[in-house]
Amino acid sequence: MSAIVQALPPETLRRRIGHRLRDWAPAALVLVMALVAWEVLVRALGIQRFLLPKPSEILDALVRDRKLLVDAGLFTFREALGGFAMGTLAGVGLALVLARWRRLGSALMPYAIAANAVPIIAFAPIMNNWFGTLNPVSKMAIVAVIVVFPVMINTLRGLTSVRPEQIELMRSYAAGQRAIFRRVRIPTALPYLFSALKVASVLSMIGAVVGEYFGGSTTALGPIIRNSASLFVFDRAWAAIVVASVLGVAFYLAIVVAERFAMRWHPSVRGHT
Amino acid sequence: MNGNGDRAPAVSLRGVSQVFTVRGGGRVAALDEIDLRVEPGEFVSLIGPSGCGKSTLLRVIGDLIRPIGGEVQVNGKPAHQARLDRDYGIVFQDAVLYDWRTVARNIGLPLEMLGWERERRSARVREMLELVELTGFEQHHPWQLSGGMQQRVAIARALSFSPALLLMDEPFGALDEMTRERLNNELLRIWERSKSTIVFVTHSIAEAVFLSTRVVVMSARPGRIVDVVDVGLPQPRMAETRVEPRFFELVKEVRELLHRGAPEVFEGPPADQPLPEAELLAAEEER
Repeated sequence: MSAIVQALPPETLRRRIGHRLRDWAPAALVLVMALVAWEVLVRALGIQRFLLPKPSEILDALVRDRKLLVDAGLFTFREALGGFAMGTLAGVGLALVLARWRRLGSALMPYAIAANAVPIIAFAPIMNNWFGTLNPVSKMAIVAVIVVFPVMINTLRGLTSVRPEQIELMRSYAAGQRAIFRRVRIPTALPYLFSALKVASVLSMIGAVVGEYFGGSTTALGPIIRNSASLFVFDRAWAAIVVASVLGVAFYLAIVVAERFAMRWHPSVRGHT
Repeated sequence: MNGNGDRAPAVSLRGVSQVFTVRGGGRVAALDEIDLRVEPGEFVSLIGPSGCGKSTLLRVIGDLIRPIGGEVQVNGKPAHQARLDRDYGIVFQDAVLYDWRTVARNIGLPLEMLGWERERRSARVREMLELVELTGFEQHHPWQLSGGMQQRVAIARALSFSPALLLMDEPFGALDEMTRERLNNELLRIWERSKSTIVFVTHSIAEAVFLSTRVVVMSARPGRIVDVVDVGLPQPRMAETRVEPRFFELVKEVRELLHRGAPEVFEGPPADQPLPEAELLAAEEER
């Protein structure tokens, strides 16, 4: 009873921003230094443009082709997002079913784990066949299939990693399965779900871009990278890669923000680890 | 309220047996033909060596485990019905608080399950916080509290809907001695005020004698009742009770019974392990 915990006074917004800046300053410095080193080395060693363009050239290309790159980026991002949504819904739904009917779960789990190890991108041409090469749904399908297994396996692990007493307590309140899922299993699974979603956000950008290499609309990041590279317009290829990376990071950060919002109660979010 | 003959017993066990299959295919008689009657208003402790099935017995009373044989009644009803009627509150060794809920919402959880209105709920939660002396902590999260405070939240939650019966599975087993004695005193105060019945599992002899009106001594493998000791110590119990000669005599008596029940295993492995979830789910699915 001696350990009385008192809430810390809330930090002022200004101080919080100050703290953030100080936290991020070293990372930002590393980025600037890396770009400068890249520029200097390419110039000093006389590296050919097709091997590695200078950052300044990539920046020029970004500005020059901004309309094309933004359109392509949005197109590809929409594919990634659509596939992510479908795969996540399916993965969470499957996990709920398998957690509820455990025997079904143990019958299907080995296959889910095996499917997770299959290089799913190899199915891209098949998906083009099924849904049409020009139809973005073919890319979404690839992304969805890539995303579904990690989401399902992680969520299932979360749903079933509830301590026995937590279930016993709910049963002592005459709770049925629905209440147990809603009030115990799903909240317990949230950290697992979000770590899966973070992985899935990255995978879905990869899936969308690589899926596009197998054909489809030309106003998309994959074809721009492929075609620019074959036409020796390397600065544009690199610019498109930068756009893909920025979108991937933004997607990831959006999940982090959603996680912090959904798990405000969690010690890691409250800043007490 | 004590020992009123007309009322149904708070707990009545007749010939209750339970067998567990252990890894490797062996079968262990966790409980063997247990007969026990707990009257309303009693404070009964179950004490015994590790693996004597005392935690299992508590779960049988709570209808969290169904025994393979025997009859279990709670408040004059089959245990299953009593659980569905929410006739008991339960407290475990770990506080088992839900991390995503604040202290107030943890205490209010059973009231939510009972469908109480928000206002009625928060009024009761305030009362309970007062009872366990945690006013001011309603918006804290469990991980911000010490072990003793967490356990008091668990007790407040179990009492929040005023169940007639309180089942406690080594609730103070993980706490330091000072905190444990303090919570012992608080529990007795709450018990006297609420007039509820308590079935309390412990492996501390002193705790069992200090708290209980009766101490049920069990033996291990198979889990049987060796004897029941009537604790005639005067109520209310106070710190001075612990230094009375009669207290020491009772402690000695219980200790001797324990050694008679299981001479070679008493200093054995740690307390009864909770069941793996797989077994619990199997039990759930049978319903």
